[in-house]
Amino acid sequence: MEENLCISPGPHVFDRGSMPKAMRDVIIALIPAIFASIYFFRIRAVILFVVSVVSCVVFEAVIQVLMKRKVTIYDCSAIVTGILFAMNMPPSLPVWTCVLGCFVAIGLAKQLFGGLGNNIFNPVFLGRAFLAAAFPTFMTTWNNPVTLDAVTGATPLGMVKFGHDLSVNYGDLFIGNVSGSVGETSAIALIIGGIYLLIRKTIDWRVPLSYIATVFIIGSVVHTAAPGTYADGLFYVLAGGLLIGAIFMATDPVTGPVTKTGRWIFGAGCGVVTMIIRLWGGLPEGVMYAVLLMNAVTPLLNRLTRPRRYGT
Amino acid sequence: MYNIATMFAKTFRGGVHPAEHKESTVDKKIKLVPAAPEIILPLNQHIGAPNEPLVRPGDTVKLGQRIAESKALVSAPVHSSVSGQVKAIQDFFNPIHGKAPAAVIENDGKDESLPFEERENPDILPKEKLINIVKDSGIVGLGGAAFPTHVKLNLPKGKSVDTLIVNGAECEPYLTCDHRLMVEGTDKIIKGIYLAAGILSVKNIFLAVEENKLSAVFAMEKAVREISTKSARPKEVPLQIMVLKTKYPQGGEKQLVKVILKREVPPGKLPLDVGVVVQNVGTCFAIYEAIYEGKPLIERCVTLTGSCLREPGNFIVRLGTPLRDVVKFCGGFKEPPAKIIMGGPMMGVAQYTQDIPIIKGTTGVVFLSKKEAEIPEELSCVRCARCVDICPVNLLPTEIMRMVKYSRWHRMEELHPSDCIDCGACAYACLSKIPLVQYIKLAKQKELKKK
Repeated sequence: MEENLCISPGPHVFDRGSMPKAMRDVIIALIPAIFASIYFFRIRAVILFVVSVVSCVVFEAVIQVLMKRKVTIYDCSAIVTGILFAMNMPPSLPVWTCVLGCFVAIGLAKQLFGGLGNNIFNPVFLGRAFLAAAFPTFMTTWNNPVTLDAVTGATPLGMVKFGHDLSVNYGDLFIGNVSGSVGETSAIALIIGGIYLLIRKTIDWRVPLSYIATVFIIGSVVHTAAPGTYADGLFYVLAGGLLIGAIFMATDPVTGPVTKTGRWIFGAGCGVVTMIIRLWGGLPEGVMYAVLLMNAVTPLLNRLTRPRRYGT
Repeated sequence: MYNIATMFAKTFRGGVHPAEHKESTVDKKIKLVPAAPEIILPLNQHIGAPNEPLVRPGDTVKLGQRIAESKALVSAPVHSSVSGQVKAIQDFFNPIHGKAPAAVIENDGKDESLPFEERENPDILPKEKLINIVKDSGIVGLGGAAFPTHVKLNLPKGKSVDTLIVNGAECEPYLTCDHRLMVEGTDKIIKGIYLAAGILSVKNIFLAVEENKLSAVFAMEKAVREISTKSARPKEVPLQIMVLKTKYPQGGEKQLVKVILKREVPPGKLPLDVGVVVQNVGTCFAIYEAIYEGKPLIERCVTLTGSCLREPGNFIVRLGTPLRDVVKFCGGFKEPPAKIIMGGPMMGVAQYTQDIPIIKGTTGVVFLSKKEAEIPEELSCVRCARCVDICPVNLLPTEIMRMVKYSRWHRMEELHPSDCIDCGACAYACLSKIPLVQYIKLAKQKELKKK
């Protein structure tokens, strides 16, 4: 036709937001935590970040080429996976183990299920769960911050649980001057990132709120019941992987419910499972298994919490 | 523009707020577009039973002469908007159907008109007579849906309504014709509203206007006040003006009923079933013209706008005027448009030619530049659930989209795709630019076929 007009069904205008922009928002929100990680775990953090991000992006591209899919590394989702993967690893993890974990995260948890948006489980946590099962020694070897002295089983949660040492320094816990996974220790850095994501409306506030509140309430209750055995509610919120889990892992939209009620239940469920493992399980920390378990329940939550039909 | 009224603006759950783009036409006075040398009148400009032509090629017609009608109840006749000679009755470009039968009439420029019967005091006429005038005048819903108005005014036996909602929300971006009509045709609209309210014997009348149209609110408020103080016969039923939040799709029938009356229209039902009739302000204007002035629906107010147009504005255009002629009247294009949308940019229909005529359902025409018309690439759904959050009728668009993609038709019914009001807010809000509303339409069609 001489007029050469574009024909498409409505709507003809679109919101300015986009999925890659949301991914970039998450990367921006992670910047304070990245700096904190590098400050506390020095060269080990740098190595893990570089190895993890590069291998996630490379695996994503290679697997997509092999599976004859469109290569979508520009949507930044593999970069987010890479950063979060490094953050959830112990600082002294050997490089080859990290690469293997990234392969499981991208290849098994994400691409095998159909790529971005189709995975059932959080790729980072599935990769980490694999490493925890296959290399338990590597995954439970911790380093003191800054000095990088190797200490076995001396995360704050481990000390409370196995060392029965309830003398908690909340200042260190808050800024991150404790041993633990690379990116999980600094509460303040993670909270800053979380506030940014909430302001940008990139994540739904229901999941972090219900997750953190549940952990706090259960922690406070058990502390009141047995103050000599358990630390208090605030400790359970600041220690271990709870904040990174509640702000960055449980809020992964792909593996969480789409309804608001579902999100309340998802967050609360994560909190309950986390605390059951922490208090009475064989492990000091339970965020990873809690999120993976709730991921598995997500399709059910979506079905059970469908909104009321309009007009009925 | 902030005002005390806007702070308490009512709204519904969900919805989106696209850039309004109303500034370029909102202050432009409505201009009369001269009659085109040749008009193309599609024989069917309503939803319902198809019309039969009443004229043949070679016939001479007068202004206001009926040229097509149907005996079926749900239909509306079409009248000639010029005087002249019928050149042909043939398939022609149509803004909704691609191509559809139309009468091509050559304008003789004389505007020889049938006599229009003016009525001074129509309030005293029996309801049936008034409904017949509306029917014979070919009035349809001028908000875009084009459902025959007389059907809505003629309540089925046993049904009654207590409320008339007049829709002046105009929630589609870009469009300002209803806004201008409320400012410039205030008294006529109010008279039309009272005629409709009288026919329906309602107890409440609400005029719904979004808060971005305060000049319309003020004009309407002033006129209503004058009626209640100066008029010899004060109206028994007061016209209440409701200022609603500027949000799409605020002007959807179901949304208006919910926001104003807190009633929800059940699935598959009409506002009528919850005691409400909704009429557009433009329709009320047309009802006034038909009943007081005896003038059939031969012209309507249309917004022509978009960055490509040299002089965007609001125009009274005779039905059947080719779009090309109206564009010429607005000074042509600054740059060639890449997309022409009949209606607003949310629910409007993209056109493949400028040769389409303006019809009864044309609320506006939006001309988008190449950059604005770009269609973003569809990416994977990341289940961010924005579509779920904004859906005004509580659907789960992402779930419906998945079921369509994986052909899980057997489980579709439980997601109620037939409740979709086609507003397109989900596709607008989608972070991955997935045409969700199209997936839902597909699901809807499958559901219909099953039944």
